Amino acid sequence: MSHPSEAKKFVKNENRVNWHDQSLWHVREKRDKAVNLFPEWEQLREKASQIKSHSLSNLDYYLEEFEKNATANGIKVHWASDAIEHNEIVFNIFREHGVRRIVKSKSMLTEECHLNPFLEKHGVEVIDSDLGERIVQLAKETPSHIVMPAIHKKKIEIDELFQKHLHTRPSNGDENYLTAAAREHLRQKFMKADAALTGVNFGIAETGEFVVCTNEGNADMGVHLTPLHIASMGIEKIIPRYEDLGVFIRLLARSATGQHVTTYTSQFRKPREGAELHIILVDNGRTVQLGREKYRRSLHCIRCGACMNTCPVYRRSGGHSYQSVVPGPIGSILSPGIDMKKHASLPFASSLCGSCSDVCPVKIDIHKQLYSWRQDITREANEEPAKKFSMRFAGWLFTHPNLYKKAGKFGRKALKILPRWMIYNSLNAWGKQREIPEPPKQSFQEWYQQNRQKNG
Amino acid sequence: MGKAEILKAIKKNKPEKLPIPSLDFPSSNGQDLKTLYEERLTAGGGEVISAKDKAEAEAIVKERMGDYKFVAGAFEALNTIDLSAIRDPHELELLDLAVFEGVLGVAENGAIWVNEEVLVHRAAPFITQHLVLFIREDQLVDKMHEAYKRLRAHDYGHGVFIAGPSKTADIEQSLVIGAHGPKSLLVIMLPPA
Ligand code: SF4
Repeated sequence: MSHPSEAKKFVKNENRVNWHDQSLWHVREKRDKAVNLFPEWEQLREKASQIKSHSLSNLDYYLEEFEKNATANGIKVHWASDAIEHNEIVFNIFREHGVRRIVKSKSMLTEECHLNPFLEKHGVEVIDSDLGERIVQLAKETPSHIVMPAIHKKKIEIDELFQKHLHTRPSNGDENYLTAAAREHLRQKFMKADAALTGVNFGIAETGEFVVCTNEGNADMGVHLTPLHIASMGIEKIIPRYEDLGVFIRLLARSATGQHVTTYTSQFRKPREGAELHIILVDNGRTVQLGREKYRRSLHCIRCGACMNTCPVYRRSGGHSYQSVVPGPIGSILSPGIDMKKHASLPFASSLCGSCSDVCPVKIDIHKQLYSWRQDITREANEEPAKKFSMRFAGWLFTHPNLYKKAGKFGRKALKILPRWMIYNSLNAWGKQREIPEPPKQSFQEWYQQNRQKNG
Repeated sequence: MGKAEILKAIKKNKPEKLPIPSLDFPSSNGQDLKTLYEERLTAGGGEVISAKDKAEAEAIVKERMGDYKFVAGAFEALNTIDLSAIRDPHELELLDLAVFEGVLGVAENGAIWVNEEVLVHRAAPFITQHLVLFIREDQLVDKMHEAYKRLRAHDYGHGVFIAGPSKTADIEQSLVIGAHGPKSLLVIMLPPA
C-alpha cells in the first residue's frame, strides 16, 4: 500500500476534495477562534507537554499507582501486552457474563485492536454508538478521522445508507431527520445491550479514576444502563495528578472542534451499585515507541485531531488514504513505528509546513518527526534489496507513469491553496513531483541529499 | 503475563526522570463570571435564565413542562416519578424532564458538575428528554483549574460536567441538538445563598 495510490482514489472527485478540504478548514478556524479568546493558551500547551513528558518518564510508577487506587475503588484492572490479549480479556469477561449484545462508544484503541470483527466472529453483536462511527459501521468502512469518523461522507450517502439499514424515507440528506432516526435506532440498542465498552481520554494515577469525553452522551447512555462496563485505555493516557485534568480538559475540545469543552466530561471512579467496572491497560507497541528517543513524544497525543484538520495533505487526500487506524500527521509518525514497511509512504504524505506542530495542544514536534522518519525509511530502503522492499520512495512515483501524472495533477490542485514556499520547500515530495520533468536516473537517497544541500 | 512484561519494557525504555510542572494559573481575570457563564453555555447550545429564588425557579420549570408526563428530580412538588423508588435504570426511559441541583459551574466553558449523590441514578441526566440544572451564582468558578481544586475534596463514584444538550455534527458537520441524550438544557441561575 502507499499513500499516493490510495489518495489517487479520493482526488479523482474534485468536488469532494474541495468540500472535504473546506469542512476541515472550517473546524480549524473554529479552533483558532476558541484558542485566541484567552492569553494563557501557550502556557497551557507547555504545561501539558511537561506533564506528559514527566508521566512517560515515570510511566511504570504511575500505572501501578493507578492500578492500586482503581482497585481500591472497586474497579477491576487488567493488563494487555497486545491487541490479541486485549481482545481475549474482553471476550472472557463477556463469556463469564453471558454477554450477547454490546454498545460501544468511540474508541480508537478498540479499532486499533480490531475488536469488532473478533467479537462478531464469536457471536457478539457490536453496535458503535457514536453517530459518525455508526455511519461508517453501517457502510462497512473504517473511521476516516479520529474525532469526526464520517467526515468523508456526504449527507446524501448517509441518507441512502439509513434507508437501507434503518428503513428511513428519502429525505434528501436532512440532518435533523437522519439524526432523529439514528437516535431512535440507537436508543433501542442501548436498552437491549448486555454490556458497554468505552475508550478512555485520561486515566488519573492519583485517584484511580478515568475520564470519557463525548458530545452525544453515547458513552454514558451505554454504561449507566448496562451492568457491565469495560474501558480500554492505552497506557500513555495516564496522567499523574487529579488537577492535571484541568490542563487537559481545557485543551482537548478547543483543539478538536473549537468548543470550550465537550458536552459531557464524565468521570468514573467506582462501579455503579450492582454493576461491574473493568479497565484494560493496553501496550500494543507503546513501550517500543517509548524506547525510540526521536519519536517518544508522539505518545503525548491526546487524540484531538487538530493536526488532521490543519494538514493540507490530509484535507485533500482524505483519511482513508493513510490506511492506518490513526490517519493524518500524527498517524504518519505513529504507524511507521508499528510497521515501517507497510506505512513507509506516510511520512512523505506531508508538506512539512509545520502547521500540525503549531496546533498540537501537547506540543508534539510532528513535522520534525516526519522528517526524521523520512530519513530512517530512506536509509532502510537503500540498505535492502529493492525487490524485497516494495515501497521505495523514488520507486513508487517514477516507475508508475500513470500514477505520476495523477500525483502531478494532485500537486497542481494543491497549488491553488498552498503558499508557494510550502510547495517548493526542499523536503516536500508533493512539490518535487511537479518540478522534476522526467524520472531521474539517480536513487532517491542521492536525489534527496542533493536537493537538500541545494535548498538549505 | 501482560503486566510484568509491560512494566519491564517501560523500565527498559523510559527516559531519565523529568520534572513535573507546577500548576499555577491565575485564578481570575476579573471577568463577570455570570455573564461569561451565560455566553459560553449559550455557545454550547444551552439556555440560561435567572431566577430570584427557588420558588421562582420552580415556577419557571412548571411553565416549561407543557404536557410532559414524567418529571423527576429536585423540585419535589413537580415530580411524577420518584427517582429513589426506581431500581432498574432502564425504567428511566420514559423520563420527559429531569431537574437537578448543580454542585458547581465553570464560567469559561458553561459546564456544570453533578454527581451520583445529586442524580440518584447515573443514567438520569442522559436518558431524560429534557434537562434542567439550577445553580447558585456563588457556585460558579472561572476556570477548570479552580473546579478541580474544589472537587478534590469530594468523594464520588461517578460525576460529570454537563455543558449543554446532547449534540452531534457527524452528518456533514451540521450541528444537530439531541443526539442520544437530552434535546435541551436549561440552566437556572440563582442568587448567592
Ligand atoms: S498529535 Fe497533537 S494535534 Fe494531533 S491528534 Fe494528537 S494531540 Fe491532537
